[in-house]
Amino acid sequence: MAALRSLFYCFEAVLNYTFDWNKVLSGEYLDWIISGVGVTLQISAVSLAIALLLGTAIAVMRMTKVKPLIWFSASFTEFFRNTPLLVQIFFWYFGADSLLPRFALDWLYEQDFEFCAGVIALSVYTAAFIAEEIRAGVNSIPKNQLEASRACGLTFVQAMRYVILPQAFRIIVPPMISQALNLVKNSSLCMTIGVAELTYMARQIESYTFRGFEAFTISTLIYLCISLIVSFSINFYNKRYMRAVSY
Amino acid sequence: MQWDIVIDNFPYLLWGAYPEGPLGGLALSILLSIGGIFGAFWIGLAAGLMRLSKRWYIKYPSVVYIEIIRGVPLLMLIFWFYFLAPILLGKTLPEAESALVAFIVFTGAYIGEIVRAGVIALPKGQMEASRASGLTHLQAMRYVILPQALRNMIPSFVNQFVSLTKDTSLAYVIGVVELTRAAVQINNRTLSAPMEIYLTILVMYFVICYVLTALSRKLEKKMARYQARG
Repeated sequence: MAALRSLFYCFEAVLNYTFDWNKVLSGEYLDWIISGVGVTLQISAVSLAIALLLGTAIAVMRMTKVKPLIWFSASFTEFFRNTPLLVQIFFWYFGADSLLPRFALDWLYEQDFEFCAGVIALSVYTAAFIAEEIRAGVNSIPKNQLEASRACGLTFVQAMRYVILPQAFRIIVPPMISQALNLVKNSSLCMTIGVAELTYMARQIESYTFRGFEAFTISTLIYLCISLIVSFSINFYNKRYMRAVSY
Repeated sequence: MQWDIVIDNFPYLLWGAYPEGPLGGLALSILLSIGGIFGAFWIGLAAGLMRLSKRWYIKYPSVVYIEIIRGVPLLMLIFWFYFLAPILLGKTLPEAESALVAFIVFTGAYIGEIVRAGVIALPKGQMEASRASGLTHLQAMRYVILPQALRNMIPSFVNQFVSLTKDTSLAYVIGVVELTRAAVQINNRTLSAPMEIYLTILVMYFVICYVLTALSRKLEKKMARYQARG
């Protein structure tokens, strides 16, 4: 803490800029930041839940032997992985209303439409990445494991349930956690359509108080804390569980 | 469906107001991503090699740089450079330049990780053999390790280039008229065909990124044949 404070003093001397943390860290501006963190976590959690379901469904489609399903899931993942999230957000927010029927629109406009559009964009985008991770995880288990389990007399479903999936799951978990982390970072893009999450609040405080430095420092630190906690837990997981995976 | 709006404004999407005004649209997006990847390559190379060093005063600055940048959304970085530049330089930097700096710093951290992984992935024997033949550590890096490691990294660089191309759309928030902002401007002017306009630029981004992704997959397959093995 003392080191941080002296760093800021050096900064002030060099930049000829006086920090005013009290302004940002008290009263209504503090409330704004807290509610921004809340919205960030909320939109990430909702999108992650939807993305997990959708991503698993897409990955399963890709692994079937039905041609139309394979084409659909392949074009889904390729399209959403190869276009910018920001444009996808704009597409869902500004453009999708001409695709939806009237009653669905009425219902959506009664809800928080910005939040819904953000959730749709984030979950579809993340689902495309999650589907690829799941597929890669299952494919990384050598084929002869399945053959060996079938030769031991397990059915296909049993072999999947007891041999392949428990191993694949261990491989999938770390990239899945980093996808969740990317989701938290990507949720910052929802500020462009007016979802009041952390980055939006920082921008808002900047334009109300001209204390952009303080507001952005605090929100950067909050994002950083979330990321560091998650990446430490991935490292821990890798050390603890990944040795048990057989190749 | 009003595709004629898209057709009328297609040149603006491609290069902005170029002959009369500043360059914009897709051309600016591509310029930003190419400039970004070139700058980021050198920063990433330095950061990746520094992170492999055994000396703490070389290693830790790069660890801190990489971990901080990777933990923060790019949008945040773009705002940082946009607001920081006037204070640091004493004058305002044009939006495109300040976005470019943010892209370079951001992508540099990711390339640093690619470089580190690429060097670690080479068999240890390569370094040991070159040291045993009398090269210094630096010479071994320069003439033996990096030529092989960098070639193996090319597919990852292409992937990074693809995600940078997608990320250039974020320059929109500080007012750079690249493809996304050009589309938003057209949409604000016409107000009647948002679906068509955004679908068009989605397809434009998709074509570029998909071609590059396919290229990197092909390269990856080709590379796998030439790798030195331990």
